[in-house]
Amino acid sequence: MNFELIVFFVLALIAIATALGMLFSRNAIYAALFLVLNFATVAIFYLLLDAPFIALSQVTVYAGAIMVLFLFVIMLLGAERHPVREEILPWQRPVAMGLGVILVLQAGYLLFKKMGAAALVSTETGTQLSDPSVMSTMLFKEYLLPFEVTSILLLVAMIGAIVLTKQERRTEHGEGKKEAQG
Amino acid sequence: MIPVNLFLALSAILFIIGALGVLIRRNALVIFMSVELMLNASNLAMVAFTRVFETLNGQIFVFFVMAVAAAEVAVGLALIVTIFKSKHSINIDQMSSLKG
Repeated sequence: MNFELIVFFVLALIAIATALGMLFSRNAIYAALFLVLNFATVAIFYLLLDAPFIALSQVTVYAGAIMVLFLFVIMLLGAERHPVREEILPWQRPVAMGLGVILVLQAGYLLFKKMGAAALVSTETGTQLSDPSVMSTMLFKEYLLPFEVTSILLLVAMIGAIVLTKQERRTEHGEGKKEAQG
Repeated sequence: MIPVNLFLALSAILFIIGALGVLIRRNALVIFMSVELMLNASNLAMVAFTRVFETLNGQIFVFFVMAVAAAEVAVGLALIVTIFKSKHSINIDQMSSLKG
């Protein structure tokens, strides 16, 4: 058992434990903080896989921007404690558990069936892969069109978020007037 | 040397936990976080395959997936805030009617 394998198993335990913590925590803020820890461990997995650029984007985009947005919305709504109401679909939760078990069995069967043909990920070679300049050259040559489309997508998302959360005082006022007249 | 199957197994486990979160939890915000967890699991599998096949295409796709996830979170959280304003709840069982 070498050093990398020990690091992998320790980090895998942390990742699974934090994912389960997110799944079972009652408080939404605890769930978000568990998810931040999970994203950080996944970033270290990317470093183990020789992808330093992806690892640092993971930390800045996911653990930084996205989770801060989540925490901000949770605290803005004051919805961290979810009150338990009566279940509208009482059979839904057991059926979901059953389907989850079936998914686990399928994935486990496929993984262990092909375990003999395991490809080894070495960490010695791959100077080409971990070089961000090679990746950026590829991104701006072969994937230039998807890159530009991504910028349009982000712009549309930004406009959508602003339009959705905008306070519509004038229209509400107008509707109230109409109702009063009608 | 780490076998790539270990990364795939971890990715599958994280994906299944995320799918269970979507199916079991009733809090819309936690469901959203579970979706993010599933996206992350698929990203991990893609980076592992990048390492096996020695090409950078997987890493570039992971980059695009991150951009799409950021856009999705911005719009989705705006939707949740709007729904909370009208219904005063983020229980998805309450969101059963199309009419606000």
